[in-house]
Amino acid sequence: MVTATLGRFKQPSVIPCFGMAFGFTLTYLSLVVLIPLGALVLRSAGLGLEDFWRLATDPRTLAALKLTFLAALIAATINLVFGLLLAWVLVRYEFPGRRIIDAVIDLPFALPTAVAGIALTALYAPNGWVGSLVAPLGWKIAYTPIGIVVALTFVCLPFVVRTVEPVLRDLDRETEEAAATLGASRFATFTRVILPALLPALLTGYALALARAIGEYGSVIFIAGNIPYVSEIAPLLIVIRLEEFNYEAATAVAAVMLIISFTMLLIVNLIQAWSRRRFGHGS
Amino acid sequence: MDISVRELRKTFDRYPALHDVSLDIQSGELIALLGPSGSGKTTLLRLIAGLEFPTSGSIFYGTEDASGKSVRDRQVGFVFQHYALFKHMTVADNIGFGLKVRDRSKRPSSAEIRRRASDLLDLVQLPGLEDRYPSQLSGGQRQRVALARALAIEPRVLLLDEPFGALDAKVRKELRRWLRELHERTGHTTIFVTHDQEEALELSDRVVVMSQGRIEQVGTPDEIYDTPATPFVFSFIGDSSEIPISVSGGEAHVGNRSIGVFAEGLPDGPARLFVRPHDLDLVSDDPQTIAAVVTAVRRNSGSRFVEAEIDGCRSKVEIELPADDMRVFEGRIALKPKRWKIFPDAKRPNSQSVVGKGPYKHESEPKPPDYSQMVS
Repeated sequence: MVTATLGRFKQPSVIPCFGMAFGFTLTYLSLVVLIPLGALVLRSAGLGLEDFWRLATDPRTLAALKLTFLAALIAATINLVFGLLLAWVLVRYEFPGRRIIDAVIDLPFALPTAVAGIALTALYAPNGWVGSLVAPLGWKIAYTPIGIVVALTFVCLPFVVRTVEPVLRDLDRETEEAAATLGASRFATFTRVILPALLPALLTGYALALARAIGEYGSVIFIAGNIPYVSEIAPLLIVIRLEEFNYEAATAVAAVMLIISFTMLLIVNLIQAWSRRRFGHGS
Repeated sequence: MDISVRELRKTFDRYPALHDVSLDIQSGELIALLGPSGSGKTTLLRLIAGLEFPTSGSIFYGTEDASGKSVRDRQVGFVFQHYALFKHMTVADNIGFGLKVRDRSKRPSSAEIRRRASDLLDLVQLPGLEDRYPSQLSGGQRQRVALARALAIEPRVLLLDEPFGALDAKVRKELRRWLRELHERTGHTTIFVTHDQEEALELSDRVVVMSQGRIEQVGTPDEIYDTPATPFVFSFIGDSSEIPISVSGGEAHVGNRSIGVFAEGLPDGPARLFVRPHDLDLVSDDPQTIAAVVTAVRRNSGSRFVEAEIDGCRSKVEIELPADDMRVFEGRIALKPKRWKIFPDAKRPNSQSVVGKGPYKHESEPKPPDYSQMVS
């Protein structure tokens, strides 16, 4: 019954080359993503469960993981709100310098993250421009978890803006006018008509920003101060373990990060799929 | 609700879209704003709705000056050409939207909103579709839902912007009849924009013909078709042929030949004679006729159309005859209009010289464009 199964699997379609395209996709994904990650899992599996658990639940590791994911979540959430605002301004208003602002948004992508980290550190350090302003209030930004959030917010800025912008641009102005003729205030129009239409795009941007923030290394290590248990992120801990030639501990941390990241992204994607079903009718 | 528009002017970036338009609409009337694209009809509708604000002039709802009021406060039902339904809401939620966004004190209970939505769906003849999404409906159904949504807020006036423009011909015809019935039942003052003259003439109580930001004529469909007030209306509504003539001594001439048409009260000089294809007669024994040469004959459903070129000028006329008229149409024919209208040539007051200079006086002062005289 090989032909029957194959027949079901390979449905006739007007889009040609399913076999080739699918094969290429699998090979590419394997080479670039799955094999390195598989090797990581294999290496940490060689540890044995007990060793792995000991290394993964080490207090310093736990503190680093908690900091990494918490800071990433906060930074992605900040960008969700302000990214939407930026996209809104760029799409809806005509003002001098709009093109320049548009170009500036992509800069965090183009800049080497180390450069961003050093620049931010110089600004937010207690003797920097911003740091010296808040220092009299007893606040410290650089060399604390707040500094990490600042750096992560900077590097993930473009994601939400760039995913929401095209959707917002294509949004039908007539539906907003319709809402207004029906007596809806601007606020009600925004929350009931515009936001639901943007939700899938917002979640995509959020997931991308989150993923980027979790893996960010270059910019954070400069501003964080890297104090163990306080401002040491998990990617840095991996590097430290590698420098100690403690490969087992490094892979253990990496494996835990992998599992948590994958779970988080899966959840975001599921919410996104749900919102597309719920709000994306006809779009 | 009476609607009254006073000297409304609207300019977009210094480009004028409406020139001092005034219009009175009585309560319960069904009015069509008819015109080619760019005539300002949609702008006028959007101004009445409050989706645009006038550069000058005012709009009255009854006796209340609504000019400065926002669209939220005007309580109008507006139907868009492309439906503008909320895609992420069910049909019932779409219809109930206007009630749900009301202030808490004026908002009906959710059960009441749901019941109203069902009632309105019955009214627009789509019972039982409450839980569908707009994407699951056909174009005609979506437009009905859009209308139900507009009616849900108990509008003071119903405004429709090319409501059937995006639908195919058959559905369009069906919805046209249905809208007429609905209007008779609910009695809302209704203004709709269309570029389809058939739709305007068939559906409305009165038609407002617009061109280049001005109102050309306001009247019942009969008045618009039978007694067009301006050359634009005559050529825009229905089929017509234009024959350049010259008037002298109260008589119309083509070339230097009298065509047996009187133009009393019209000043001497060039003029334009408009006639409908079915108002042209073929005659044989009359010296005072329009002489023409047949260029084509074609058959279209119940009629036979003869195309002919007038002697002495390049303009063509069309004659509509019954399909069973089996005469052979070839070569030279003589035509006589049964009903016609002559407008003095406002555009080219002195350029026409078909008759030469001789005994004809040419008025050099420009004539007002609406100056016209029905001679029949």
